[in-house]
Amino acid sequence: MNGAGAAAALPPWLDFFTFREPNVRLILAGCVLLGVSAGAIGCFALLRKRALLGDALAHAALPGVCAAFMLTGTKDPVIILAGAVASCWTGAIAIDLISRYTRVKEESALGMVLSVFFGAGILLLTYIQHSGNAAQAGLDKFLFGQASAMLDRDVGTLAIAAALMLAAVALAYKEFKVVSFDPQFARSIGLPTRSIETALATLTVLAVAIGLQAVGVVLMAAMLVTPAASARYWTDHLGRMVLLSGAFGALSGAIGTYVSYLGPRMPTGPWMVVAATLVFTASLLFAPGRGLVARVLLMRRLRRKTAEENILRTLYLNGERAGAMDAPCSMTRLMQYRAMNAWALERTLARLKGRGLVREGEDGTFALTGAGVERGARLTRLHRLWELYLTRKLEIAPDHVHDDAEEIEHIITPELEARLVAALNDPAEDPHAQRIPPGPGAGNVVV
Amino acid sequence: MSNAAWVILIGSLASAACALVGCFLVLRKQAMMGDAISHAVLPGIVIAFLIAESRAPAPMLIGAGALGLLTAFTTEALERYGRLQPDASIGVTFTWLFAVGVILVSAFAGHVDLDAECVLYGEIASAPWDVWLWGGADMGPRAVWILGTITAANLVFVLLGYKQLKITSFDPAMAAALGINVTLWHYLLMAFVSFTTVGAFESVGAILVVAMLIVPANTAYLLTDRLSRMLALAVAMGIASAAGGYGLAALLDASIAGAMAVVSGALFVVAALFSPTHGVIFGYFARRHALVAPDEAAP
Repeated sequence: MNGAGAAAALPPWLDFFTFREPNVRLILAGCVLLGVSAGAIGCFALLRKRALLGDALAHAALPGVCAAFMLTGTKDPVIILAGAVASCWTGAIAIDLISRYTRVKEESALGMVLSVFFGAGILLLTYIQHSGNAAQAGLDKFLFGQASAMLDRDVGTLAIAAALMLAAVALAYKEFKVVSFDPQFARSIGLPTRSIETALATLTVLAVAIGLQAVGVVLMAAMLVTPAASARYWTDHLGRMVLLSGAFGALSGAIGTYVSYLGPRMPTGPWMVVAATLVFTASLLFAPGRGLVARVLLMRRLRRKTAEENILRTLYLNGERAGAMDAPCSMTRLMQYRAMNAWALERTLARLKGRGLVREGEDGTFALTGAGVERGARLTRLHRLWELYLTRKLEIAPDHVHDDAEEIEHIITPELEARLVAALNDPAEDPHAQRIPPGPGAGNVVV
Repeated sequence: MSNAAWVILIGSLASAACALVGCFLVLRKQAMMGDAISHAVLPGIVIAFLIAESRAPAPMLIGAGALGLLTAFTTEALERYGRLQPDASIGVTFTWLFAVGVILVSAFAGHVDLDAECVLYGEIASAPWDVWLWGGADMGPRAVWILGTITAANLVFVLLGYKQLKITSFDPAMAAALGINVTLWHYLLMAFVSFTTVGAFESVGAILVVAMLIVPANTAYLLTDRLSRMLALAVAMGIASAAGGYGLAALLDASIAGAMAVVSGALFVVAALFSPTHGVIFGYFARRHALVAPDEAAP
């Protein structure tokens, strides 16, 4: 497959990108088309919690491939595709029947169809091989796929199938969306949910069938699950998810082709799966919002905010007790009130000082600034409003409400505050007979 | 012993070992974990093979056990820390590991006496000739010893841990309340599934192990409501599949492992239709009877 004559000057890793070789173009097109369609269809399977259906169906395609060959004696892509589709369909129906009419659970049904159909496929495959039919050579390539053996007509079939599938997704997008997210709602508004589910299953079957040649029955499952799972990290919007997943699938197809171009012994299908998994790992770690790093940072920010607010409130209570809001408080006292280690306390105080909410006295004590008093008052107000709400409306004993208020004071929004004030008739005292600091628009809040 | 008898014995041992742990996978609704582990042990086997430069069972068991546990851990971690749904965590994890295994097999094709097809459907037909020579004496096929040991180990595991496995499978919350370490037993089961998989791997291949793990167990699940009977029935179904599969394969001159999976599937279909208690046909009458009876009793 290495570069031919003329521009031998280019090293293979670069030569690939000239796309001069028709063979490279063909395989690349095949793998990218496959990646796009499997990625897009996989989203719906993932959202319907059927991510492993693709795995079962891909394995279930094998007996169909063999039977189609046995009946016709050719390896024509359309006939093989038809055989694969028929046998995937039988598998899908078997899974449905088993989980519906026996007490066997759905995931057991998936595993059984996967392994028994695959066993039947192996039985037929070995039967054909031992029968001495010379035309059978290459039939076993459907196990792991062999992208490099794809011909014009294979890629042509693939392109037509992929175009049909993507068109179906675009046309029935709204229906697929409703059925994927809320099948009960879909039924209630009169959508033919069974037919739509059948259509989705058919598309999965088609995606599997067209992937067989490049990726093979064993690894096709990955192309349906992994790009979709990666895309899920980046967005909550289905349309974007489908596009992203298709793009990830295409990227994996391209990388798989590239690697097997560079290393002649390297199989394309498995490298596509490895590439898709790398994309997945990057998404898992770095996607904004849902990614691991983003969530760890968010947690850290929340923990810091909580620690800061706790200190502000402690200083406020200290001021209340002393009768002067800017009464200083030593580190030792603060640590008695709050179960924080000295290091965390120092860092939190330093951050508060930096934002002008707390000032440090010369004797190493800390006191609230004017802005700090304001924040402390508001937090204390929320805390006490919540305590009062719990005792008055939920009739919880006053000595049981502190811990709950301690958590919720950090997250009560102004809207919720207004509703609490209205529900409690703008109270002045909490259940422990302590004054509730007045809010900004105290007294005239109407909900 | 004749060649046929050896093959049936090897198949029976593999099925019995698989059925013993498979019953618990089925009851815990983790059938697809069996699928995942049986694929994911491949890179472990290849790496063990490359390091040990032989098919010695010890490194292979270690490699496969490590990969099996890695699969179980990764799946769990993706679910818990990656907030991924369970089916997708399984799908992402094992396909990746299997792909790595296939790549390793292709990359070291010259050094590894494993080819991708044998990984998929094993070579039980030639297993009887792969004999274990000990001090020059012919001790019989290696596979019999390996699978015999694994079957015995699984039997001991199931017998010793019967109570814990039973409670953690049926009611994990109660198990935890009784002070049983649910996580420990989960991973112990996963470790035994991995060992069993690798033992059966050479004979029947990666995917047909899945059939042996869950098909006989599900057949037994349709025939009884008692765990002890389910285990015994699953082993019996596995042995019946092994013997029937050998016959079918001999008839067609085709893969024995494939035929074993097909026969086990056929046995499941028979049980699903005709089981006296949970079959579609008799179960229908049984349920109708149960529904009608209280009405008749009412005035």
